[in-house]
Amino acid sequence: MIPDLLDRTARQLRELLDRGEVTSEELVRAYLDRIAAVDPGVNAFITVAGDLALEMARTADARIRRGEAAPLTGIPLGLKDLLVTRGLRTTCGSRMLAEFVPPYDGTVVARLRDAGAVLLGKLNMDEFAMGSSNETSAFGPVRNPWDPDRVPGGSSGGSAAAVAAREVVAALGSDTGGSIRQPAALCGVVGLKPTYGRVSRYGLVAFASSLDQIGPLTRDVADAALLLTAISGKDPLDATSLDRPVPDYAARLRADPRGLRVGVPREYFVDGLDPEVEAAVRGAIGLLEDNGAEVVEVSLPHTEYAVATYYLIAPAEASSNLARYDGVKYGLRVAGRDLADTYRKTRAQGFGAEVKRRIMLGTYALSAGYYDAYYLRAQRVRTLIARDFRAAFERVDVLACPATPTPAFRLGEKAGDPLQMYLNDIFTIPANLAGLPAVSVPCGLTSGGLPIGLQFMAAPFGEQTLLDAAHAYERVRGEPVAYPDPASTA
Amino acid sequence: MAWEMVVGLEVHAQLRTRTKIFCGCPTAFGAEPNSQVCPVCMGLPGALPVLNRKVVDYALKVALATNCRVAPVSRFARKNYFYPDLPKGYQISQYELPILEHGWIEVADDAGSPKRIGITRIHLEEDAGKLLHPEVPGADYSLVDLNRACVPLVEIVSEPDIRSPGEASRYVKKLREILVYLGVCDGNMNEGSLRVDANISVRPAGTEAFGTRAEIKNLNSFKFLEQALRYEYERQVDLLETGGEVVQETRLFDSHRGVTVGMRSKEEAHDYRYFPDPDLLPVVIEPGWIDAVRDSLPELPDAKRARFREAYGLSAQDADLLCSSRDLADYFERVAERHGDPKAAANWVMGPVLRQLNRDEAPPLADAPVPPGRLADLLALVRDGTLSNNAAKEVFDEMWATGRPPADLVAEKGLEQITDTSALEAQVDAVLAASPDEVAAYRAGKKKLMGFFVGQVMRATRGKANPQAVNQLLRSKLEGG
Ligand SMILES: [Zn+2]
Repeated sequence: MIPDLLDRTARQLRELLDRGEVTSEELVRAYLDRIAAVDPGVNAFITVAGDLALEMARTADARIRRGEAAPLTGIPLGLKDLLVTRGLRTTCGSRMLAEFVPPYDGTVVARLRDAGAVLLGKLNMDEFAMGSSNETSAFGPVRNPWDPDRVPGGSSGGSAAAVAAREVVAALGSDTGGSIRQPAALCGVVGLKPTYGRVSRYGLVAFASSLDQIGPLTRDVADAALLLTAISGKDPLDATSLDRPVPDYAARLRADPRGLRVGVPREYFVDGLDPEVEAAVRGAIGLLEDNGAEVVEVSLPHTEYAVATYYLIAPAEASSNLARYDGVKYGLRVAGRDLADTYRKTRAQGFGAEVKRRIMLGTYALSAGYYDAYYLRAQRVRTLIARDFRAAFERVDVLACPATPTPAFRLGEKAGDPLQMYLNDIFTIPANLAGLPAVSVPCGLTSGGLPIGLQFMAAPFGEQTLLDAAHAYERVRGEPVAYPDPASTA
Repeated sequence: MAWEMVVGLEVHAQLRTRTKIFCGCPTAFGAEPNSQVCPVCMGLPGALPVLNRKVVDYALKVALATNCRVAPVSRFARKNYFYPDLPKGYQISQYELPILEHGWIEVADDAGSPKRIGITRIHLEEDAGKLLHPEVPGADYSLVDLNRACVPLVEIVSEPDIRSPGEASRYVKKLREILVYLGVCDGNMNEGSLRVDANISVRPAGTEAFGTRAEIKNLNSFKFLEQALRYEYERQVDLLETGGEVVQETRLFDSHRGVTVGMRSKEEAHDYRYFPDPDLLPVVIEPGWIDAVRDSLPELPDAKRARFREAYGLSAQDADLLCSSRDLADYFERVAERHGDPKAAANWVMGPVLRQLNRDEAPPLADAPVPPGRLADLLALVRDGTLSNNAAKEVFDEMWATGRPPADLVAEKGLEQITDTSALEAQVDAVLAASPDEVAAYRAGKKKLMGFFVGQVMRATRGKANPQAVNQLLRSKLEGG
């Protein structure tokens, strides 16, 4: 076997596959072995689709031999388990959908299938994407590959951990308030949230419809660019997807930071920011400056309201989005005395505590007499937050800041304190509220050996600029941080 | 004391687009349960609604026909409640920003004078599915059919301008006629394509302030609408005159007993938690869109009636009857145009044609076995004397039954009138030769015998002789010779 096969990026594997040095089937077998060896400890997968993956790999190999390979043909990927897959159980990390097998493919899944990518399985997540630690999953918590006593972040914790533990080449997650970037930061991988409307949401099980966006988690920025091109574009099945050209982001990547205007928002360096995280992020920004980037301080004055705003809008939308899980049509049904009792029992047993908390919050925020004070006011603040960013992007190309206030925390450490948990998304939430593209890139380890994430944000549809900045940073940073080595049970 | 009834109506009309409002499933009525569904209208996880622009076209037609203002920007909102026929747990509707507002239509009041009924707003929404309760003894379940889920509806909310059951009924009829004329709704109340809820209150005649109102649901015929309003008016007046109070509530009309019954207040204590649907963009209507729809707008019933009276010289009653449906009016116009005599065309359409259409199992006029061109051909045969009026009616019924052209049937049955004088002359001569006494009497002045001679000729030709031609021949032979 090729040495370090599991460490290769999608682009490196593309060359190996196209030159016939490895087949997709060999690759898939190597990954399935890796999953079997480490996943009992990591718990990144809810469903491993071994037979399906091998079948897809053989189809991909035939396509490669015919010389018809697309960039992702034969590359083994994992999908967060809220991306709807035809014939393959899609649980959303919930008891409610533990046995749900969708009859259709979401748009992004269909695009990956058409591209010949191989699906290794479905990845663990916080229940219905509600959480920042992956502890709310009905399928057990995911453990951080860097330290099994720590959380991987959430809600795309399985996606981030699987990439970090080399159980997949890359994965797709979804980001509503930081659910791609925060776990990417905590697991030391690249996590990209695209502009709202860049990627179709058709077939993404909704948490908060005006905030949700699908994006890649990868080993490096160029792979993120590659996946972004594969999944982006207008979809007639999603009215909120936008009709903008989809460039070959990876091919156009620029590695030179000279001339790049980097804004450093002062509101993102606040009390509660871990000193080691601050030092690493400031060091990374300094490195860009040393290499020719122009760094200026900027202000985003409404930042302090972002978390409160988010926790009105997201639960409000969620309370409505999750109403369909009523035991009538699909998913869990717990029969009661009558219809109302069946609704109550089904939802009481189907949903976990965090999901119920957010349904309650959202129902309250939309209730008669409270709507104006909560939901409507939150929407107004959201406009102000977006306006802050618009003003900033008149002066700079990208913003650079920490992705999270702390490195990975311990399992159970914040599980009993929702507010502390919510504050973990303090730096990621604003990009969702404003619909901006944002990416987290590894920028070093703490003294305790935990990854730290540097976040870049750009103006809407500024993905190329965003990826250029992240890629340029990656180049000046040098070698990627080492890979973790979670205990192998094989 | 004299009391006045104050009524506002909410009319829900299904729009006849080919596909549903937020997905591509067909809307046809009567298919196998759950055969016209997809992830979107079943409310599957991850599915998203996309607005069918045809529905907006239809709404714009309704706007132009009801004098409504079109909102340049309107929004869809979610109406949240749990019910098994509602697959998403919310209905996509419009709330704060409806697509149409501030319109009116004209109806006759009880004295027959024209009166404007205001339309507060018209909004778009999706229909829910249908619950089927199995007729199995002891069945403790219901079934859900989602074919109807996501079928487009307009809800038309009137101002409280209606003052009597008759006015209410005429308002709904007028609205229905407009919607059917526009081709946006089939108007079928039996199948639930048109459903009516009524808000009714009473107040002392001559006062301005509104009384407390009740909302009556489930009024699926004009008769029930009038019955329910009459009953509810009496109920409220009785309450007030005996010192009671009207409670604001939702009531159901029980058509078997002819009464309205209050629903338990718990069932109506809904907080629908409306909020803008984040899955759908605001509906933006550029002026050009309205212009394009205006160009495609058909002639509306009131305008058509007026034109029929003026252009064809028809009575108001005949114009009303012919304009009772757009198909019938079109049919008449095509016959009249081809035949050239609107009066004759009107008589035939209102007579034999309507008689056939009123039979059970009659096909829709568009599929009638006698298309307008054929009827005009038949009328031409009457005008040129080939057929008598009575024979033509016989031929028409045969055409309706067989779908064959008139000329074939006339030839086959030998129904042509004999108008050819040379062919008739021999018959006339034979009759005169066989009746010397009568000829003599006629010539002596007994002119009434003309009827006898005509009858003899008609009998000899088995009724096919053209009576006028026979008359003429007889007269020249009897008086000229
Ligand atoms: Zn459908």
